[in-house]
Formats: sequence, C-alpha cells, structure tokens
Amino acid sequence: MTVKETEASPESAGAEGNGRRATASQRQLVWWSFKKHRLALVSAWVLGFMLVVIAFCEFFAPFDDRHRDSEYTTAPPQVLKLWDTDGPDGFQWGLHVDGYTSEQDPRSLRITYEANPEDRVDVGFFVKGEEYELFGLIPWDRHLIGPEDPEDPMYLLGTTTDGQDLLSQLVYATRVSASVGVIGVLLAFALGIVLGAISGYFGGWIDNVIQRVIELFMAVPSIPLWLGLAAALPADMSPVTRYFIITTILALVAWTGLAREVRGRFLALRGEEFVTSALLDGSSRRRVMFRHMLPSFSSHIIAALSLSIPSMILAETALSWLGLGLRPPAVSWGVQLQDASKWSVLSGAPWLLIPGLVVVIVVLAFNFVGDGMRDAADPYKH
Amino acid sequence: MLKYLGRRAIYIAATLLAISLVVFVIINLPPGDYVTALRARYAVQGQGLTDADVEALRVRYGLDGNLLQQYWNWLTQIVLHGDLGMSFEHQKPVSEVIGARLGATLGISIGTLLVTWALAFPIGVYSAVKQHSIGDYTVTTIGFLGLATPNFLIALIFIYFSVTWFGSVPSGLCSPEWCDASWNLGKLLDLIGHLWIPMIVIGTAGVAGLVRVIRNNLLDELQRPYVTAARARGVPEGRLLRRYPLRVALNPFVSTIGWILPLLLVGDIVVGQILGLPTLGPIMLGALKAQDMYLAGSIIMVLSVVTVIGTLISDLLLGWLDPRIRLGHQR
Repeated sequence: MTVKETEASPESAGAEGNGRRATASQRQLVWWSFKKHRLALVSAWVLGFMLVVIAFCEFFAPFDDRHRDSEYTTAPPQVLKLWDTDGPDGFQWGLHVDGYTSEQDPRSLRITYEANPEDRVDVGFFVKGEEYELFGLIPWDRHLIGPEDPEDPMYLLGTTTDGQDLLSQLVYATRVSASVGVIGVLLAFALGIVLGAISGYFGGWIDNVIQRVIELFMAVPSIPLWLGLAAALPADMSPVTRYFIITTILALVAWTGLAREVRGRFLALRGEEFVTSALLDGSSRRRVMFRHMLPSFSSHIIAALSLSIPSMILAETALSWLGLGLRPPAVSWGVQLQDASKWSVLSGAPWLLIPGLVVVIVVLAFNFVGDGMRDAADPYKH
Repeated sequence: MLKYLGRRAIYIAATLLAISLVVFVIINLPPGDYVTALRARYAVQGQGLTDADVEALRVRYGLDGNLLQQYWNWLTQIVLHGDLGMSFEHQKPVSEVIGARLGATLGISIGTLLVTWALAFPIGVYSAVKQHSIGDYTVTTIGFLGLATPNFLIALIFIYFSVTWFGSVPSGLCSPEWCDASWNLGKLLDLIGHLWIPMIVIGTAGVAGLVRVIRNNLLDELQRPYVTAARARGVPEGRLLRRYPLRVALNPFVSTIGWILPLLLVGDIVVGQILGLPTLGPIMLGALKAQDMYLAGSIIMVLSVVTVIGTLISDLLLGWLDPRIRLGHQR
C-alpha cells in the first residue's frame, strides 16, 4: 500500500470526499476500506514488524543460532532492569540484567537457577557480538541488544535444555516457519491459479477433468498424507533440502482450495461485458485471462492467500513438533516446542512455551489481515 | 434418490482407488524394499535370514515384479484376504496391530465428536441470536484463539497446569488401580476423569470451527425475508427460531462429519503421543519414524477410508434432510 497515512477517509470529508471517492483508484478504495478494520490494521503492523525481524534476523538476535552455553541449561528468563539499587555503590543507573546462581539438587541432579542481584551483567544496544553476514553479503558484528561482554549470560527469554538462548532461537525460527508458510502458499497458488484459470475459463470437459482430479486430492485427508510423505524422506538430508521438500509437500496438498477459489471467480466473470468486449476487440485468450480477468479479482486472491498461510504454518509446526518436519540443527517453532514436550522438563520451565505464543499471534495476524482484505476486496459493495 | 446413491457409490469407489494408489506410493517411497529392511533388521539382532526365507518373502510380496504388478498384488491381498502386510517393528501382521487399537481410537473420536456437537450447537446459536453481545464477543474471541492454537500446544499447556497444580499427568485411559478391575461405577468415573483432557485437546479446533459455521449460517438465515414475515405475523420469537432458521442451520452439523473426523484422528496422533493413550496415533507416529511403511501406510489407508465413509454418511444424511441437495443432483 503506497497511499500515505495522512489521507482522510472519504466518509469524513463530506461532499468533497464523495468526489474523491468517485475518482479514487481501485487500490485507494481497497486501502480506505481496509483501514476501517482496526484489528486487521494492527495485524498488518504485527506482520510488518515480523517481516523486518525476518530480514535482519542476525542483527535482532543477540546470539548466533548455533550459540550454546553449556553452563546455563534451562535457565529462566531474566528481567531487563534500568537501574540498580543492590550494587556496591548503592543506586546506579544503567541497563542490566541479573546474573545467575545455580544450585544442583543432590538427588535429582537437576540444576536450578536463580537471579543473583550481586552479579550484574551490563546490557547495551548495538553491542559487538558474534560476527555474521547480513543477507549473506555484508559482514557485521553488531547486535540490537546484547551483553557488553559477549561472554556474560544475557537470556531475556531464558535458555533451552541445550543451553541455547531462547530469544535468538525464536528470531531464527520465525524466519524459517513464517517463510515456509509464505513460500508454500505461493507455490500452491502458482499451481492453483494456472489450473483454476484453465478450468474456469474453458469450462466443459477440461473443467470436468480438472475438477475431478481436485476432488480426488481433497478426498485424501491432508494431514495423514503430509505425515506419510514427510516420513518417507531420508533421514540424512541436508537442512536446506529438507526445508524445500517439506515446503513443497505442504504446497502439494494445499493447492486444491486455491484452485477452486480461482475457478469460481473466473466462472463468475466469464459472462461480464468487459470480458466480451475485450474478446471482440481481438485480445488473445491468454491476454483476456491474465490481463483483464485476473487483476479484477486480485484482492480476493490476496485475501485467500493470506487466509491459507495460517494452516500452512500450523501444519509445519505440528509436523516439526512430531519430529517429521524440519529437524535440528534447523530451528522452527515446531522444533523449538519439541523441547517442551517432556512434562518433567516443562513443569520446571514454562518459558519453553513462548514459541507457542508467537505461533498463535502470527496465525491470528494472518487471519485478521485476510479477513480485512476479504471485506475490503469489494470496495463497491457498500 | 437411487440415482444419487449410484453416483455417490461410483465416486466413492474412485476415491478409494485413488487413496490406495497414494498409500502405495507412500509405502514405496523410502529407499529399499520391505525384505531388505527386514534383513537388515535381523542382521542387527544377530539372527540371519536364510536365502530361502528371503526368496519366499520376495515371492509373497511380489517384490520381483514391476511396480504395477506389486501394486496389484498388494491391493488384491487387501481386498481378498484382508492382509495389509507385516509390521517389522511389531513383528505382527499389520491388521492385528491396528485391530487392537482401532476400538479405543474410534471410541475417543466418536465421543469427542458428540461432545463437540453438544458444545458447539448451543454456543453457536446463542452467539448468533445475541449478536454483538458480550457473550458473542467472548465466544468469537475464544473461537479465533481455538483455531489459531495448534492442538499439541493446548495439550502442553494442560500438562503444565496439571503438573503444577496436581503434581502429576493423567496418562493413559485408566489409573493403575482400576485398569484390571471389572466394570463398575468407580472405573467409569476414572475413565471419564482420564478422557476429558484428550477430549478437550482434540475437540477445541472442531468446536471453534463449528461454532463459527453455525453462527454465520444462522446469521444469514435470520436476515431472510421469511423471518421478518413470520415476525410480522406475530409468531413468538422462540417458536420462530426453532421452527425455521434453526432447521436450516442444522445442516453444518451433518456435513461436518466429513471434515471433522480426520481432524479428530489427527488430534489423536498428537494427544495420544503426549498422554500415552492406547490409540492408533502413537503407533502411527512410531511407524512413520521407524519407516515401518506397511504399518504407517495401512494406518493412513484406514484413516482415509474412515473419512470417506464419514463423508458418505454425511452426504446421504444431507440428501435425506435437505430436498434441495437431493433434487439438485437429479438434474
């Protein structure tokens, strides 16, 4: 959306607004209508923020995704403090967290950590940390937030059972899980739109064949199918290959719904005057389909896309959690939540469920944006 | 109706054939065939298979023919002998492994389905009739959350609170002291005590989805002119609601059987794993992880067939309930 924030919606501007409404472009109308949907707008901001974090995830994560501190395993989250009253010099300003004291239970050998106000770990913004390459190109070593001394523990969301920083892992996992959803939906969409367009435009026996194929795909329950296909992958696959194959599997099973959506739209539009006149003007069929018909329902398609992303994300999360999707060293939300599946671990470390909260937020955000888009998609309706 | 039935039957047969093809592909996806895997397994345990054994097994599963012959062989064994192959992890025929657990799985699934309906119907109707009330907003919010939360996460949250509050997790379907007891009130109560967590975890997404469908349908129906007309004639609100819109809004109940069954069965994979239920879910997961493909493929097959039958039942019920659907197909 390129329209500036400051533009008032036409409703508030009275007669002059009506004039603007009459001359506004389709895109502007959609944007005005979308803006009225508060929840969708907030969700769009959430997703935008997520996008920024994904793009610069090496910078946002305090530590590398392979960083492991065996001294602090399953340590609780620390509280970020602005000032210090327990230090040797009395009251003192300065961003810091408390270090840990550890205690091992002699019988269960379980180590418990407590915050230790005596042990102050200074925290700063834009600190030097592990080196990385932004976008795989630009070498840098600054992190948004981190301990002044890279050796010090700073675990704002606690650590995993392996002693990895949960926050850093979460940032990297967001990149993996969210992109599986988006790429998977785009793949499914590419397949769906081509077949849906052919089916909806030509109709007749071609439509019949494609529809029967779609129905057969839909009849096989998707999740057992996902499980079966994912389980058949060899165990020694590289994480990157595995990532792409899992995404493809998710897309292969999900394209049918989108194909149906596109077909329905094409069928509805086939009888419209502008299609007939484009044909009479001598446009080729392909041009009519992709230049005239497709743009007229593109916002519906965006809505359908953003509504299919959540199920894709949930599927990947469940697959990985079950141990059939992505596997360590790759981190996704599902892989992270595996850590929480043993109840003996979980009962002492509820912070391991934080990735679950992120899943819920992101899925809700996609749902709300999708709903908002769907309502806004038809600006002439009201 | 007969024509409708015939069409459905042909369609079901085609679907089952497609499912069997997909399952066969899944079974054959991992590298190496069943006998090679079995041989490797025996070699690890220190028992060798003689060449004669191997040859006999290869003939039995028709592994020397091409893929089409293998598929035909596999399919005819299932259809004619009910033989789904061997599970090398359990060292038993697949049909025995599945048979031992199918009862509990179906029991839990059908139980959850009934609870789902019992909860979703009044909530959905309430939320539509009292649209924009606090209750409606609460229900809608919870519904959104329920759809957005993976069910294993709900299970994990339950476990966390169960451990912190009661100090233990209710696993399995019965407590040790009741498991071998004969059926009496105590055992029944114990069973119910164990069932509610899996039911909530498996059913949440279903309830959330169904409430949404019922609410939307009923809202559409309530805006129809016939409702206004009936109201204008002075039909009391309660009777008006029961007589007309509710009956139309009942359709999703029936048509859900198709999509809610696989949802429940998948929920079982997750919950059975965490809570140690004697159901198909954990077995399927184990089989998938060990690439025990005959077992895994057969379970997928059974789940798919159950879904197809569920869809058939719901289609038939819908056709019987709603003349529009029945007649629409007779064109």
